[in-house]
Amino acid sequence: MAAIHSFYIINKSGGLIFYKDYGSAGRMDTNDSLRLASLWHSMHAISQQLSPIGGCLGIELLEADTFDLHCFQSLTGTKFFVVCEPGAQHVEGLLKHIYELYTDYVLKNPFYEVEMPIRCELFDINLAQAIQKDRVTLLGR
Amino acid sequence: MAPVAPRSGDAIFASVERVNAELFTLTYGAIVRQLLTDLEEVEEVNKQLDQMGYNIGIRLIDEFLAKSNVSRCVDFKETAEVIAKVGFKMFLGVTASVTNWDADGMSCSLILEDNPLVDFVELPDTCQGLYYCNILSGVIRGALEMVSMKTEVTWVRDMLRGDDAFELQVKLLKQVSEEYPYKDDEYSEV
Repeated sequence: MAAIHSFYIINKSGGLIFYKDYGSAGRMDTNDSLRLASLWHSMHAISQQLSPIGGCLGIELLEADTFDLHCFQSLTGTKFFVVCEPGAQHVEGLLKHIYELYTDYVLKNPFYEVEMPIRCELFDINLAQAIQKDRVTLLGR
Repeated sequence: MAPVAPRSGDAIFASVERVNAELFTLTYGAIVRQLLTDLEEVEEVNKQLDQMGYNIGIRLIDEFLAKSNVSRCVDFKETAEVIAKVGFKMFLGVTASVTNWDADGMSCSLILEDNPLVDFVELPDTCQGLYYCNILSGVIRGALEMVSMKTEVTWVRDMLRGDDAFELQVKLLKQVSEEYPYKDDEYSEV
């Protein structure tokens, strides 16, 4: 049973640049994933405005009864978020690791245009390895 | 999860893969020479180097943020210190010093005693208007733009032009806040 259901990357304007789902639960087609990403971008921005205390950085965790959503936003505005099973541990660490994979295999690819959809094979491969490793560690606990 | 402490420039520099310094210097030299051959005009080359630096900077910033774990800087003074101590160390292996703050803290100078780009380089008389290290000004400008700071980066002193150090003036023009464009009519959904 995969701990992570799906993974999204949104660029700073709210457009979906990467989507991957793991397992049949929660799979959605391209249009739905694009729509969801835009919605999340808006909600994330609104949450910063709603905060009674200034300097709020936006939603980091959304807990629902059937899933958790962990979101990491870099200081450059790119958001990485996963939809995973409730109570999943160490997802923030995984997101940080994926951020490093993004800076390596996506941004350092000279043929990748910033803010555009990610089509970098090396990123796919390394991402799969990272998720797999996380899954193995999860089962081991 | 407890926030991870920011890493020092030395620690990161020691942990990343490094390249032979001569190869780096030679590669950069080859780029500048080729630009001079292609563009012929020294001003054009300066502009191209800045543009190349900008394109590097917009990508480099995420690498910097991921590896260094710095949190959002409180003010521009902190930004300048982080660039000088962590940024330069991490990517060039040298630290810069921050001086010459103006009255409102919007402009400062980064002084480089040591600059790996210019090892063995001498500017000929035909290239006297050239800012050989102009790629650096582009890198800083590009990187800061990705974290919502519009800056102007210019060379004040250049050792290849006879000065005693490399001095970059970094001026903060505007801090663009990341406000959701509710009222912006030009904003369109993807």
